[in-house]
Amino acid sequence: MARAVTQKRKIINTAAAWAVGLLIFFPILWTILTSFKTEATAVADPPVFLAFDWTLANYHDVLERSNYARFLWNSIFIAGGSTILGLIVGIPAAWSMAFVPSNKTKDILLWMLSTKMLPAVGVLYPIYLIFIKLGLLDSRTGLIIVLMLMNLPIIVWMLYTYFKEIPGEILEAGRMDGAGLKDEILFILTPMAVPGIASTMLLNFILAWNEAFWTLNLTAAKAAPLTAFIASYSSPEGLFFAKLSAASTMAIAPILILGWFSQKQLVSGLTFGAVK
Amino acid sequence: MSTSFRALMGACAVGALATSAIAETTITVATVNNGDMIRMQSMMDDFNEKHPDIKVEWVTLEENVLRQRVTQDIATKGGQFDVMTIGMYEAPIWAANGWLVPMDDLSAEYDIDDILPAMRNGLSYEGTMYAAPFYGESSMVFYRTDLLEEAGLEMPAEPTWEFIREAAVAMTDKDNEIYGACLRGKAGWGDNMAFITSMANSFGARWFDENWQAQFDSPEWKEALTFYLDLMEEAGPPGASGNSFNENLTLFNQGKCGMWIDATVAASKLTDPNESVVADKVGYALAPHKDGVSKNGNWLWAWALGIPAGTQNEEAAKTFVEWATGTGYIEMVADKQGWANVPPGTRTSLYENPEYQKIPFAQVTLDSINSADPNNPTVDPVPYVGVQFAAIPEFAGIAGQVGQEFSAAVAGQQTAEEALEKAQDITSEEMEAAGY
Repeated sequence: MARAVTQKRKIINTAAAWAVGLLIFFPILWTILTSFKTEATAVADPPVFLAFDWTLANYHDVLERSNYARFLWNSIFIAGGSTILGLIVGIPAAWSMAFVPSNKTKDILLWMLSTKMLPAVGVLYPIYLIFIKLGLLDSRTGLIIVLMLMNLPIIVWMLYTYFKEIPGEILEAGRMDGAGLKDEILFILTPMAVPGIASTMLLNFILAWNEAFWTLNLTAAKAAPLTAFIASYSSPEGLFFAKLSAASTMAIAPILILGWFSQKQLVSGLTFGAVK
Repeated sequence: MSTSFRALMGACAVGALATSAIAETTITVATVNNGDMIRMQSMMDDFNEKHPDIKVEWVTLEENVLRQRVTQDIATKGGQFDVMTIGMYEAPIWAANGWLVPMDDLSAEYDIDDILPAMRNGLSYEGTMYAAPFYGESSMVFYRTDLLEEAGLEMPAEPTWEFIREAAVAMTDKDNEIYGACLRGKAGWGDNMAFITSMANSFGARWFDENWQAQFDSPEWKEALTFYLDLMEEAGPPGASGNSFNENLTLFNQGKCGMWIDATVAASKLTDPNESVVADKVGYALAPHKDGVSKNGNWLWAWALGIPAGTQNEEAAKTFVEWATGTGYIEMVADKQGWANVPPGTRTSLYENPEYQKIPFAQVTLDSINSADPNNPTVDPVPYVGVQFAAIPEFAGIAGQVGQEFSAAVAGQQTAEEALEKAQDITSEEMEAAGY
């Protein structure tokens, strides 16, 4: 009897998980479907789900009109650069907070997080003016720095929770065997923290890839990433949903594929700190 | 010195020579994703041929993002853009702020006097033009000739609102999803408020009196808004509170609208058999007016190219603006893609061209543009410039909020009186806060 209930519960849970998953995925699915419709079918009322004449015309138009490769390269460069820079700054910070905490460590962590509580637009003008002075407008370097700063609190927090899980005794044992600080970080800490660092890296790459406030506001022609590519397909006078969907699909495809292959790390990375 | 190193040095020298031979200036043009703008990008071969020393980079953005992005850049002198696509609303405000380069030294060949007076006035500040119109529009009535005939009615050249209502009700057949009046209902200063403000002008209403006092408590506004809401109720499509240009265009093209009052540029889309199932059944008329009121309910708008003050590439930017908004460009598009695809509404010579006059909507477009006067938009005098807007920086914000109230009234969430009362409060408060 007990077994039957478990089975039933299992089915219900699975069904619920699928339902929630599909609900969340539906907008993306709809975008992908719309990208294969004509402009008229895209706005047809009632909406057409699958039974329409599939066309690649939108992709053709989008590729003809925009330099997709340049936007893609900018996205990879900016997201990759800001993630690497973030890790270079974040790993030592998280290491020191986790292993040599002072009585102010908790406050510093909270203070770092508090910077995320201010809406980004609140600092738009100061940053814009600084960028003008430094000649960083519409440059990938500038965006790498800003996105790194935006995501740094998350990087430090994630790495901190990871490093906290590593027992200090292991490091002590290493030190007793004569390991210096460098050896300790390189040969003891790093191998144990690799899964944590990998998932932090992935999450930050995704966050930087999808970032659409700074990337739109601080770029023009040269450094514009895929977010700007999407934004260029909305139109005030004329139908645009099908082409916009094609552009969106092309913009999310790389990150969707990356996410698919790395979902195991991502999930374990995100739930790691929670299971204690 | 190794051979490969010498070869490398040689290659560098050749490279340096090649770049100095053509001193290339790169200009960045910010624009919106409109059909005519996209067409311009496909015509760039001609520009590159004529001006090999100027390289053009395009930044295409969503309309509101563009406006915000360009304002931010121009106000901080960021220098990101050398040419900007702006509208009739921004041109006089930005010119007053000293943000735009005056267009007073364009070449004789450009023939600035050929630009339609309404367009030139709307883009001028203190008599000087600050942005060159790329294409211009007014609004007019599009109607289904077959449905109107079935209803036994005939469209006058200058219809009254009363006639529009009669015709709309007669054409409506809700069982067959045909709606007599497809009008804008979606909230936004450039969406429903462009239409409702123009309509209110033709009922004798105005946004502000000479002392900048909000006028939503006037009987004219009440009459205009009540008429609009009743018309939408009787003959509008379901969900009209979410409809703006694109949505109504789609409805009309699908054969679901009896009449639509909107931007004149829609004409070429409605008559394109590839886009519209009713392409051969479209008639045109001037925007309506209330019986006895001299103003028609049509707006005036231009997408224009402006050059931000402080750009490093002013000369190259002007060269580009002259190319894009000159008569040569219009002729080239006509030559390559036909007269129906030329950017309309900017030049007198275009409307005098016998080839262009053959286009069925050419004359009514010109008449619509000419009947809109941004300097004198309403029956009673007003302190502002602009037909469907007041060219003050505060307007976009206020009209955005008022637009929400009017849209809510279309959705049936409140009455005309309630919406107007809120509009009056919002406007009075904001204007007072702004120091008027």
